[in-house]
Amino acid sequence: MSLSIDDVRHVANLARLAFDDDQLEQLRHELGRILGYAEQIGEVATTDVPPTSHAYPLTNVWRDDEVRPSLEPAAAVSTGPAIEDGRFRVPRIIDEDA
Amino acid sequence: MVAGTPTDPVAADATDLLRVLDDGDVSAEEVVSAHLSRIADHDDEVRAFLTVLDEQALEHARDIDRRRAAGAAVGSLAGVPVALKDVLCTRGVTTTCGSRMLADHRPPYDATVVSRLRDADAVVVGKANMDEFAMGSSTENSAFGVTRNPWDLARVPGGSSGGSAAAVAAHFAPLGIGTDTGGSIRQPAALCGVVGMKPTYGRVSRYGLIAFASSLDQVGPFARSVTDAARLYTAIAGHDPRDSTSIPEDVPDVAPTLEDGVDGLRIGVVSEALDDGVEPGVAVRVREAAQLLGKLGAEVVDVSLPHARYGIAAYYLIAPSEASSNLARYDGVRYGLRVDGDTAEAMMAATRSAGFGSEVVRRIMVGTYALSAGYYDAYYVSAQRVRTLIIRDYVAAFERCDVVLSPTSPSTAFEIGAKTDDPLAMYLNDAFTVPASLAGMPALSMPAGLDDGGLPVGVQLVAPLLDEAVLFRAARALESELAFDPLPRGANAVHPPVAARTKT
Repeated sequence: MSLSIDDVRHVANLARLAFDDDQLEQLRHELGRILGYAEQIGEVATTDVPPTSHAYPLTNVWRDDEVRPSLEPAAAVSTGPAIEDGRFRVPRIIDEDA
Repeated sequence: MVAGTPTDPVAADATDLLRVLDDGDVSAEEVVSAHLSRIADHDDEVRAFLTVLDEQALEHARDIDRRRAAGAAVGSLAGVPVALKDVLCTRGVTTTCGSRMLADHRPPYDATVVSRLRDADAVVVGKANMDEFAMGSSTENSAFGVTRNPWDLARVPGGSSGGSAAAVAAHFAPLGIGTDTGGSIRQPAALCGVVGMKPTYGRVSRYGLIAFASSLDQVGPFARSVTDAARLYTAIAGHDPRDSTSIPEDVPDVAPTLEDGVDGLRIGVVSEALDDGVEPGVAVRVREAAQLLGKLGAEVVDVSLPHARYGIAAYYLIAPSEASSNLARYDGVRYGLRVDGDTAEAMMAATRSAGFGSEVVRRIMVGTYALSAGYYDAYYVSAQRVRTLIIRDYVAAFERCDVVLSPTSPSTAFEIGAKTDDPLAMYLNDAFTVPASLAGMPALSMPAGLDDGGLPVGVQLVAPLLDEAVLFRAARALESELAFDPLPRGANAVHPPVAARTKT
């Protein structure tokens, strides 16, 4: 299993992770080894075997649509690094020129 | 601990403590104080805890004593100290998950397991160290330093619940709570010479458990005896409407059959698990355990799990895939750390790269790759097909036996640093624990003796879905015959508790 540096850079971007060139190269090597090992599942994972997502499957878990006590808004946002007026504060997302 | 003799509450197990607490021979405050003192004196050697909750624990203990004195109700574990893995949310108490990302994270609510421990009046004495986000098999991936194995302080305690396992082995608490995704309770239990148990997936609520791989994560007990582990399991198990994957069924009481023995049970030995890659000192203890169970009246049969050898490959696709999704929430906005950047995306990438350690990064990258366009079917879905094959293996095995026996880990505790340079070698520690995780089966590791180097060897028992009762029953029978002494000993072991030292 061999990945290119561009593959690794693409995945890093999807995962919102930033690396320098040395880290990219090390990850390219490690991911290649791990995925190469994992590819042995191809020996037995044929399409006639259905996939299992949960070992104890439960479907359609509902509850009654009723108001219940829950966290106060101030508590709900209390874990963020920057809070203002009971909201999460984030950097500018929309470009001023847009 | 026998009433009338000078005793050290720290040397006693939970069942003995409950008896003397109930008889009024000792107060909850005395029990908790003794454990806090031992932690203060010796956790600089072991480093099992990230946070010690002195004030809160003593306050809880005094409240239990007051209620008991007034004849009011107390819980099923009233006054028994418990070490809590730092992956479970505690309201207002720092919950780091072993990560720089959450170094100052104080959750606004308690996990359901924490509420149930409180209802049982188990006294949480501290938050235990762990591999970051529960990813690892040695506790070396903690952002806050490695925990040492109480049997040999130069060795790892296993992981990811290494802090909880070490705390129980070191007699810092008779009970511990861990979480197990691919072996993170059972493997450290094996390496630390204690009992560790993963319930059926969905048996214990995941509400307030910081998610790693949601289709696999499960909370479970550590203890120095099977009976204690069963007590703690009973306190935390049961349906929780706040967790949609929680099993909506009553939990059968495991206590009535605990002492029933193994006469009439069929024990399946996974013969292929004793061949390649297992240390001889481990294999010999597993064979002995099988012989002992036979001597006790069990029928011992050979079983095969032919697809278990693909377990690691499947697990290390499924778990990272789910992790890459779960850990997307650490975006510099909602939790913990933020490293500034010019744009929101730059801020997120800077925050995540600064906040996550190397193993977490590796798994996010593997998982993101496995879920990305063009690879989803070849990796993630194929791994889920292997999951089906492993479940079928167990179903076939359980037609021939009631409980499956194997090693827990291919080796005993290894030296700190021995495997940190090779992620794949570290993953292979989980070869025997991962299959039961993928199949959702309840599984337990218990000490079965020592290897030639004086280190504990763990054996693993696996039972069918929802049959925790037969798991504890078989383990209790084996335990009574093995008579393993869980006190860490050897030239490089942690300082023993007082009563144990004066014992001849």
